[in-house]
Order: sequence, then C-alpha cells, then structure tokens
Amino acid sequence: MSEIRFKDHLGRPIVAVTGMGVITSLGQGLQDNWAALTSGRSGIHKISRFPTDKLSTRISGTVDFIAVPANNSVERSYAFARETTREALAQAGLSGDFGGPLFLAAPPVEPEWSDRFALADRSGPSQVEGDAYDRFLAAMRERPDAAFLEAVQFGSISERLSDTFGTRGLPVTLSTACASGATAIQLGVEAIRQGRTDKALVAATDGSVSAEALIRFSLLSALSTQNDPPEGASKPFSKDRDGFVIAEGAATLVLESIEAAIARGAKVLGVIKGLGEKADHFHRTRSSPDGGPAIATIRAALADAGMEEAGIGYVNAHGTSTPENDKMEYGAMLAVFGEGLKSIPVSSNKSMIGHTLTAAGAVEAVFSIQTMLTGTLPPTINYSNPDPAIALDVVPNAKRDATVGAVLSNSFGFGGQNASLVMTLEPA
Amino acid sequence: MKSDNDVVITGIGIVTCQGVGKEPHIALLTGSQTSAPKVETERFKPYPVHPMPEIDWSTQIPKRGDQRQMENWQRLGVFAAGLALDDAGLKSDPDACASMDMIVAAGGGERDIKVDSLIVDEALKRNDREQLLNEKLTTELRPTLFLAQLSNLMAGNISIVHKVTGSSRTFMGEEAAGITAVETAFHRIKAGQSTHSLVGGAFVAERSDILLLVEGIRAHATGEWLPLWSRSSDNGGGMIMGSVGAFLVLESRVYAQQRGAHIYACIEGIEGDRGARDEGKLESRLTRMAKIASSVPARDTVVFSGASGVIDLAAREKSVLETVLPEATIRGFGGVTGHAMEAQFPLGLALAALSLDGAAKVPAFDPQNEKPMTAPAKHAVVTTVGYTRGEGLAVLSTEA
Repeated sequence: MSEIRFKDHLGRPIVAVTGMGVITSLGQGLQDNWAALTSGRSGIHKISRFPTDKLSTRISGTVDFIAVPANNSVERSYAFARETTREALAQAGLSGDFGGPLFLAAPPVEPEWSDRFALADRSGPSQVEGDAYDRFLAAMRERPDAAFLEAVQFGSISERLSDTFGTRGLPVTLSTACASGATAIQLGVEAIRQGRTDKALVAATDGSVSAEALIRFSLLSALSTQNDPPEGASKPFSKDRDGFVIAEGAATLVLESIEAAIARGAKVLGVIKGLGEKADHFHRTRSSPDGGPAIATIRAALADAGMEEAGIGYVNAHGTSTPENDKMEYGAMLAVFGEGLKSIPVSSNKSMIGHTLTAAGAVEAVFSIQTMLTGTLPPTINYSNPDPAIALDVVPNAKRDATVGAVLSNSFGFGGQNASLVMTLEPA
Repeated sequence: MKSDNDVVITGIGIVTCQGVGKEPHIALLTGSQTSAPKVETERFKPYPVHPMPEIDWSTQIPKRGDQRQMENWQRLGVFAAGLALDDAGLKSDPDACASMDMIVAAGGGERDIKVDSLIVDEALKRNDREQLLNEKLTTELRPTLFLAQLSNLMAGNISIVHKVTGSSRTFMGEEAAGITAVETAFHRIKAGQSTHSLVGGAFVAERSDILLLVEGIRAHATGEWLPLWSRSSDNGGGMIMGSVGAFLVLESRVYAQQRGAHIYACIEGIEGDRGARDEGKLESRLTRMAKIASSVPARDTVVFSGASGVIDLAAREKSVLETVLPEATIRGFGGVTGHAMEAQFPLGLALAALSLDGAAKVPAFDPQNEKPMTAPAKHAVVTTVGYTRGEGLAVLSTEA
C-alpha cells in the first residue's frame, strides 16, 4: 500500500518530472537555452535552408546545428528528439532500456520536394496533364525505394526512438497541431495515473520547416511578415503583432510516479499537477469568439490539479503573436482569473524561440519547470508597443526574479485543439 | 464476470466497398458464402483497390460548406463517425457529445495532384527548381488544401460537424495509429478517466499519391483481386488497399447501462507492441500477445485477422494463429474490404462486434484457406500486423 503522500487530491499517483531535455533555435540543451532565454535573446533568423526569394516570410527559428543523414522532416525530427531524450534520461539518472511507454508528438510528414523531383527525373515523360503520380508509381515499381517510404511513415520516428531507448509496448505518435506537446504529456500522466506504468517517456519534436510548410501557413495569413530584423518579428501581446514565426525544436520529459522516483533516489524537478482539454467546434482555424473552450480548458486543468486560481504564480502563455490568439488567450485568462490576472506575470517564450508547433507544448513545459526551479521569469521580448486591449504583466523585455510555486502553461491549435497544464514545484 | 468499468462497444460506424453502414456488413458476416468484393482494377492499373461505395454525404454532413472544407479522407472519417454516433443513439444528445472523448487514427498528406504534376513537369525544363517551387506553390496551392488533408483536422471536423468536444486527440503511425487509439481509449475508460469515447479512423485508397508511398517497398498486389491468403509474389507484394471508414463508440458498462444503450460486445483486453521481426521475433511476440485470449475458450472464438496481405507477414501471422488458437476460426477481413491502414484495427473490432452481436456464422472470406464455422462464436480475437511495423491484438466477448 503506497503512502498517502504519494497520492494527489483524487487519490491518484502524483506524477513527477525527473528529467528534461530541450532543443530550440537558441541551442541544444537546457542550460544553453535557459541562459539565452533569460537574457532575452532571440533564435529567429533569416532562413538559409531553402531560397526565400519572392516569399512574404523569409525568417524562422529553424534548428540547423544538429547533423542529419538526410535533409527531411523525419530525419530532423528524429535527431532532435533523440538528442533531447538523451539529455532528459541523463538528468533523470536513467541508463539502459527505459522500460516504460513512449508518447511522441511528431509532425505529419510528406515526401520532400527533392524526392518528387528525383522521381520525376527517373520517370517517363508526361503522357497526359496531371499524370505525375502515375509516372512516379511506374518508376517506383521498377526500382523500389525503402528510404523514400521510411521518410514519409508517421510511425518511423517513434520506431527509432523506441529502439534507441528501449521503451515498452507500442508507442503513441500523436498530433493535436500546436497543442501536441501538451497532449503527449497528458498521455504520459494518464498512463501513470492508470497504474499501467510507473514511468513514461514523453517527447515532442518538430523539424518540419520547409518551403512548402512555410508557404502553407503563409497562405493562411498565419505568419509574421516583419522580416527585418528577424529577431524582432515575434512580439506576443504587442499592438503591431502580425503573426507567428515558424520554428523547430524538441523537448523530452521523463515522467515518473513520485513514489517510484523517490524510491530510486531520483531528484524531483517538478510535478505535473493537472491537465485540462476541451475541443472547440467553432471553426477549423479560429477559436470560439467567446473563448468558451479555452476557458473550459484552463478551468479543467485547475480542477484536475485541485487548485484555486489564486494558486497560479506565473503563466507560460501560448502567446503566438498572431492577432487572434493573443487576444483570445487574454480573454480566456481574464475570464478565469478575473481581477487577479493583473498580479500574475504572463510571458511568452515564443517571443524568442518562435512557434515550435508540434514541440511547443513540451518545450514550454520544460521552460515552465525551469522557471520554478531557478526563480527566474523569462521575458516577453519585443514588447515596445503594448496592445492596449491586453492588460497583462508580460514580463516585458527583461527577465525578473520571482518565486513561483505553480505555473499554468497553455497550448491552443488549429482544429479546435486546446490543452493546458498546471505544474508545481512541490507535490502538495 | 461483468463489471461497471468494462469497456463495451455501443456504436458502430462503418463504410467499406461492401457498403455504407451496418446492414451490408451484417449481410457479409451472416451470409452463407462470400462473393468477390468490389474491386477497381482499371483506374490505378496495375494496382487493384477496393473503392468507396456510393455515399450520400449530406446524411451525415448536412452543410455543403463543411463538405467542401475536407478532402475525401477527412469526409469519409467524419461520415463514419456520424454513423457511429447515430448508431449509439448519441447524435441527438448534445451533452453526451460535448463531454465525449475522441481519439482519431489519422494519416493525411493528400496532394493536389494537378499542381504537383505541373511543378515537376516545369522543373524538368529548369535548373532553378527551388525558385520555381516558391513561385508555383505561392500561386497554385489552394490555401484550404492544407487543412483539408491535415492529420488532426479529421478530428477537428468531427468537432465542427458532430459537436464532439470533450477532448480531441489524433494518433498517427499507420496501422499503429488505430491500435494505440483503441488501446488508449480502452485504458482510459477502464481507469475511470473517460466514460464514453469515439474512436476510429478512415483511409482512402483511391489516390495515386497515397498508393505511391506503399510502393516504396513494392507492397501492392498487382493484377486481379485474389482472396487474402491466396496471394503470391507472382502478383506483387500482396497488399490491396481499401477505402474504409470505421468508428466505434466505446463506453464504460455502467455509463452504457444507465442510458439504456445497446451493447454489441465487451472488449476483454487489448495490447499493442512492436519490435524486430526477424528470426522468429514476430512469431514470439504475437504468441505472447495472444495470451490475453487464453481467458476465452478457443473453440468458441473467431479470429478477425487484419493481415495486410503482405505475403510473408500474412503467412507468418496465420501460422502463429493456427498454432496458438488451433480450435478457433480465422477470417482475414482485409481480403473483402481492402487494407485500411490507420482504420484497419478499428474496422476489425467493428466487424467482430457485429458478428458477436448477430451470433453470426461468418462465412469463409477465402474458402481455400479458411475453414467453415459450424456455430456462432461467443468470443472474437482481432489482430492487426502492420505492413512495416507495429502489432495489435484485442479480445472481445459477446453479451449474450
């Protein structure tokens, strides 16, 4: 019979974070990232991965410093997650086979254009308009290409992570758009609360920036076009914000029941105290105008954590820098926290690392825990022209010392996806 | 022994080449023999595929505007999800939908084939291909296509069209997406984390851009349709894809009973796994997984094998099943529906639940290789062995 101090307010196992790893455009590893993030440095830069001539957005937060055997989304996403997982397991003091389940947030992948061009080069000429794929199929039939398939299989990243780290069972690969990282954490926590496992490996990765990915978001008018200077483009909660900056990154968290963590003498870095979600049926890309689902999501996370609004000391905002998100997120927080919101600092890591899409929820969870561990609030940079309709303490432009015991982290995404996490430093 | 937190199937939404909804599938499962399924052999020659049946989309997606926002793959999933909700009697219960959890097993990646063709053809004449790409994609790409094929937007559209909003999660990873989706929903309900969940997926086979991916390892069968276990490497890789939508409503027994829902079957257990497959490792893994079926008598069991048709894998799976469940009857359902990738495992559960509920003596789908069934089964085992990776197995029992 496990002790009462290992259970939460609903009698469930308390879930601890015992290892963290992170990669963003700011660098590799938690230490470098944290140093950059707290000094207000931006990782956003001019794109060099592909030509950007004639594109309205020419900047991003790509990660170009991790070696990959081939330039495609799967190889990049895998390599990022492999590195952050190594870091997280080392911090957790775990080696050998992990022996618990893997929950991976990964980007949807498609063939690279270079592969389509290569197929076209070895295919016969066009017979009728629009027959490219018929020709590709004939070429593939003649000379199959297992590497081509592997680079477009959604299951190939978790496959390799499972083999590399010895996870147990069939890994979950998931996508809830920009909430994916938070959903992965949610699944890990749920598995531990179910008693199916006493530990879970949670990774979220996104190395999917390509010309087409950028153009797709551009066509939806989602991206900032303030290309010059690149590091000034992401300006959450500012009046002149005009879209998010697409970016890459990854994060891994080792989750353990606090009982198992303490039993093996692991250091508890923080606690995933509560999780909430609520889907929105208003529109494919826009949130309900009344913010109802986002409000319900935050409230559900607080209720799951067994906490009152006043218990939250800092909010790690979704804060994408799109006109719509920041307004909606503010409205939702105002509805939940009321007058109390004025005294809660709220900052957006995305002002410096851009929007790491699939990885964002997990990257920002790592930074949320680091905020509590170090007693330092990372700033919202580029905040020189506040949006008067958003009355928030955004920790403008410079870090701030503060003792924080509980953080709320929000993630909202296309397709009506909303997820919020409540993390605390202490179990009770 | 029945328990309040048993996971039961109360809604089935199913679309395959056999038809739309439960009726044609009950007919398939209860007929005295199986006739050759519908196969499209011309459009993607030399690859046969099982086509979508004729569908009146507006019966589940009333707004034309909603229909237009989706590619066929999303549309088929949203349609099948609607059928499952209808079947469970939950479509007209807004509170139940608003608190319903959802896990969708999704692929995605449908292309605008005209635009892609235009770009590669133009690129053959130019050496500044990346510049060309920027120009053409910026001007030719439909802005809405991104969302119409994006993986998590099948779930997004189910929220919009059917108002299912308790939670929305999308799992990916080919067949493993469907396995982990059902597995996760099962454990959440078992543990009391969810009372009712919508789980499933869809796959559209009639697309050359999607067929191309699988041909990377020459997995497709070529030429004429052959029953599942009768395919050989003389005719390609053995896999025939099928357009399929398959959704289930899963509930805790107590939740289902309280609202007086019809229970098709109870899921006794489920497991997903993966790993190397060489040197008998696939066999030993499947053998171990099949142990969750040891609680039910094999002579009363029908196995719905989701074998993809890939020749070597199908033979190895069948041999394991015949060894560990020698008294059970095996039915390779992919032979009569086509392989449904992400939707394959949910499809298997749907067919198994319909069989158990209807006390079906399921006719052989491949009479040369499947033995007749002399009495209705009381239990079912559903398998899916992924065509490149991942395996799943579930055990179901009848309520009768």
